Amino acid sequence: MRGKVVIAGIGHTKFGSLPGRSTISMNVEACRKALADAGVEKSAVDALYVKYPTSAYESKYGQSLAEAMGVHPRIGGVWDQAGASNASMIAFAAMAIEAGQCEVALVTGADNPKSGTRQAYARMRNGDGAASYGWFGVAPGYAMIARRHMEQYGTTHAQLGAIAVACRAHGAENPNAQLRKPITLDEYFNSRWIVDPLRRDDCCLVSDSGGAVLVMSAARAKRLKVPAPVPVLGFGQGQTSWEVALRPDMTSTEAVVSGKTAFAMAGLKPKDIDVAQLYDCFTITPLMTLEDYGFCKKGEGGSFVEDGALHRNGALPTNTSGGLLSETGMPGMQLIIEGVRQMRGTANLQVKGAQKCLVSNQGGVMHTHSTLILGQ
Amino acid sequence: MSETSAIPAPDITDLNRPHWDALKGRVLKFQRCGACGHAWLPTREDCPNCLHHGAEWEAASGAGRLISWVVYHVPFNKAFKDKVPYNVAVVELAEGPRVITNIVNPDDGLRGDAPVELVIEIEDGVPLARFRVT
Repeated sequence: MRGKVVIAGIGHTKFGSLPGRSTISMNVEACRKALADAGVEKSAVDALYVKYPTSAYESKYGQSLAEAMGVHPRIGGVWDQAGASNASMIAFAAMAIEAGQCEVALVTGADNPKSGTRQAYARMRNGDGAASYGWFGVAPGYAMIARRHMEQYGTTHAQLGAIAVACRAHGAENPNAQLRKPITLDEYFNSRWIVDPLRRDDCCLVSDSGGAVLVMSAARAKRLKVPAPVPVLGFGQGQTSWEVALRPDMTSTEAVVSGKTAFAMAGLKPKDIDVAQLYDCFTITPLMTLEDYGFCKKGEGGSFVEDGALHRNGALPTNTSGGLLSETGMPGMQLIIEGVRQMRGTANLQVKGAQKCLVSNQGGVMHTHSTLILGQ
Repeated sequence: MSETSAIPAPDITDLNRPHWDALKGRVLKFQRCGACGHAWLPTREDCPNCLHHGAEWEAASGAGRLISWVVYHVPFNKAFKDKVPYNVAVVELAEGPRVITNIVNPDDGLRGDAPVELVIEIEDGVPLARFRVT
């Protein structure tokens, strides 16, 4: 599959508070822009893969969107791996194209938790009366994992903070970013506790936004004279069933298997990667993802990130448009879009000569993981 | 004076009633598979290890270890508005199951893998299996 499929077009809405915009309308805008970016007519689209809006589930949402866009998919639907969905849907689209099930796939997602409801992020977790003990929310799940990592490996607040500082620095330079305010490590330490060990600045933004990509075979992109196709060199996924409390190894993520599968398909190793876009819903996530991808030994993610390795001129420039912490809280598509820009050479903070980009998406509380390796 | 609301009561079903009845009687019970011996909480209908249908209830010794903990500074639910900061922890029972709980003496030096012992407390009429770091 290496390089057989390309991302032919990218599109997204504004990021931030977009009151009055439905998720359907944001998806349509993102898809319209992705088609225009690729120079492809809507009539060519025969597959539609949709990440449902996390904050408001709706049955057959994919069909509602197909109707709104007047497309007639041969294959598609709504995929639910939470934040891993976007990268995974690109992989499913690639496999469907390879299997002759479709030729041109739109992959899209939108949500409006900023101006709409965000109750989905504060609901009870686990069963059997966990709510009686006060166990609610998504952030606390990540905090529980972060604490265990700190206890087990000596990971420090300053190391978590280094990730926030890097992403915020990159977002500050991104004219499309929702939060364009760089921070110092001191400011990070002054940010208020949400759920110790996580501070406000460890937590991603809440955003209204939509993002889409257009996927097709490399051969098809050539025939259609797509101006800047970016090959997908590898992809992989991994999942655990266990809720955080029950997870036998709380400090290991599904990036282990997801990364191994993607690197094997691409025939690459971590040292071959020039730039990374790592899901940063909370600072602990990219720290553990780096370990599990093999950029450093298990437990050494903190020391890997603490001296600026993730900054634009660091050893592994990461989240070069600001990630979930600074560009938009959108669950993952912005990382794929920035990966495409880096491989085209058109990113705002372009990493000079970058030829391989690693993208991680993950969802739930480290339940699902999906990896893409993009090339040039 | 702020208005406080009671903590959310558990949703008691035929399946989990033995757990809550036991807690009322100051005993923490978990399920053990009648076929493969795997032990677990929270309550389930089927063994997640061998898929056997038919678990037995067993009393926990009350010994365990602290896996991890967090401290809520922001209430994610209105019932806990006046309780912040409060902790929620994961404890692994000596028999294997892991539970969501609270540590009753958080100022006594929490650390990963610290030994803990069961302390059953009643709050707003709900019996809770909490733990003390020893």
